[in-house]
Amino acid sequence: MVDSKKSWKAWLYLSPAIVLLLIFTAWPIFNTIRMSLLEGYNAMSAVSGVKFNFGFKNFVDVINYGDFLTYLWNTILLCFLTVPLSTLLALIIAVCLNAIKPFQRLLQTIFFLPYVTNSIAIGMVFAAMFNMVGNNFGDPNELVITAGIINNVIEFFGGERINWINVGSSYAANMFVMTVYIVWNALPFKILVLLGGLQSVNKQYYEAAKVDGTSRLRTFTRITVPLLSPMITYVVITGFIGGFKEYSSIVGIFGAKMGPTGDPDRLNTMVGYIYKSLSLQPGRASAAALILFAIIFVVTLLNLYISKKNTHY
Amino acid sequence: MANKAITTMNARNMQQVSATQRVVKIAVQVLLYAFLILMAIIIIFPFYFMLISSVKELAEYKQTVQTLWPNKIVLFNYVEAFNTANLGRLFMNTLYVGLVSTILSLVITVLTAFAFARLEFKGKNALFAALLGTMMIPGELFTITNYQTISNFMGLKTLGIQLGSQWLQDLGNWKNTFTVLIVPFLVSIFYIYLLRQNFLQIPNELYLAAKVDGTSDIKYLWKVMIPLALPTLISITILKMMGAWNSYVWPNLVANDEAHRLITNGLRNAFTESTGDVNIPVQMAAVAIVSAPLFLVFIFLRKYIMKGVSRSGIKG
Repeated sequence: MVDSKKSWKAWLYLSPAIVLLLIFTAWPIFNTIRMSLLEGYNAMSAVSGVKFNFGFKNFVDVINYGDFLTYLWNTILLCFLTVPLSTLLALIIAVCLNAIKPFQRLLQTIFFLPYVTNSIAIGMVFAAMFNMVGNNFGDPNELVITAGIINNVIEFFGGERINWINVGSSYAANMFVMTVYIVWNALPFKILVLLGGLQSVNKQYYEAAKVDGTSRLRTFTRITVPLLSPMITYVVITGFIGGFKEYSSIVGIFGAKMGPTGDPDRLNTMVGYIYKSLSLQPGRASAAALILFAIIFVVTLLNLYISKKNTHY
Repeated sequence: MANKAITTMNARNMQQVSATQRVVKIAVQVLLYAFLILMAIIIIFPFYFMLISSVKELAEYKQTVQTLWPNKIVLFNYVEAFNTANLGRLFMNTLYVGLVSTILSLVITVLTAFAFARLEFKGKNALFAALLGTMMIPGELFTITNYQTISNFMGLKTLGIQLGSQWLQDLGNWKNTFTVLIVPFLVSIFYIYLLRQNFLQIPNELYLAAKVDGTSDIKYLWKVMIPLALPTLISITILKMMGAWNSYVWPNLVANDEAHRLITNGLRNAFTESTGDVNIPVQMAAVAIVSAPLFLVFIFLRKYIMKGVSRSGIKG
């Protein structure tokens, strides 16, 4: 029975949350759409009381503004480099972990460690591992004091050292470092979810496969992957959502300049674009945020659609 | 009967192939461990590198080929890191913001989850669905407007300028305050959802019985619901504290002054240099100091963290 007194009480309990949500969630949703549709909206003219026309000029400006497409490309490239790689690696590690008994807990804990770290702080560690200390890179007078531990390892195996993140480093080298770091960072969550899924799979399927003499590879592709497909879908979707919002791991490695010294913003992303323009060009920032939302939405739906077709039960 | 026959058949089969099978099985196990240990070493290496570099002298760090174990262990990097980055101040700021926002957030989350789980009111399901819907929206979308909101709350700053009142201007400008780091993030739909699920598992009869006894809602919440939902509340507390510890973007945007700076942006800004020649041992010492509390929390409260994490998919 709903009596009015109780209803009144419910709203009382809800009131703190409702007030905060109205200010910091509902109003931003409305206001972002509004600002994105006000042509040429920027902080200066908004204060001085200029009236703006409705239209899609902000969206056009964002796309025409040279750097946005570069940032979009960086974001997409990072997504498609890191999500499949980290998912596959996490799947292999989870399956292996599930197949052993002694030290399983210890190894599981080790694989979870990167999760409880600060992505900015550990990014600085990765930067140090790849960092060359020295001067005049790429010059005849090149002076390298220490090439960094990763280059030491490469040279130990007879390779040439690579300028990963310093002045004059190549885009491919930068991307490689970012991919390594993001995959390293993304593994724990994926392993946790996939291992949880594996441990809840009914052992009978494996017993049956064993009796039938099914090979390990076939067992993996025909039993493990299909039964895990909901968890795989989950980590792929959250991976893509996180990937399209990539920002702080790049700050961790390259600092707020978002690129190697001498080439700032080279690795900037969509979120980086939003943060860069939000104080002075909120109209464009809003348009970019809505584009980001649309991309995430479509990719999520696409993933769900594909996984629905491939889910076997 | 049939089962038994199959078992004996299996046993006979096993005996025939057991010799080769055992070899294959051991080989597979060896490969599995080799792979997992190799991966574990790769995963752990950055932490190891951080620790050994933080206790090296700068001259040793700058050797052409780096040592995998310091020739001489020194601790002064830690002292220098603490002073260079003003870590003491950053620690206190972060602790304050973390504690206050956790406590307030817990109160709001408990009240909201209780209303959604136990009380009846008009539009309950529609409201809850709408709240869940907002979880799909990337946080960056809110940041743009929230930045405007806190720079000129309710237009009070503009009004203050028009009326020439400094007091009104300060009231409207939340930049470089602790408020701006706490208030916008007090409500988390995800935590409300988590706690509501937990509350729903508690039988409604308990609530009705308490009502018959004339127990007030608040007393019932305090004596029954909260103790039963304690694990979830602990998970929320840990994730919220870790959130304060790890947050970078918003604090860097709105409160980057000496008095209110939080640990992560303080750390990043203290060691951003234009040249490649940074004192890396000191930097690694600072990173180690900042990482230590996270590891301690992880060691003691691993169960709660992993439980919260597997259901959220978000970091912090």
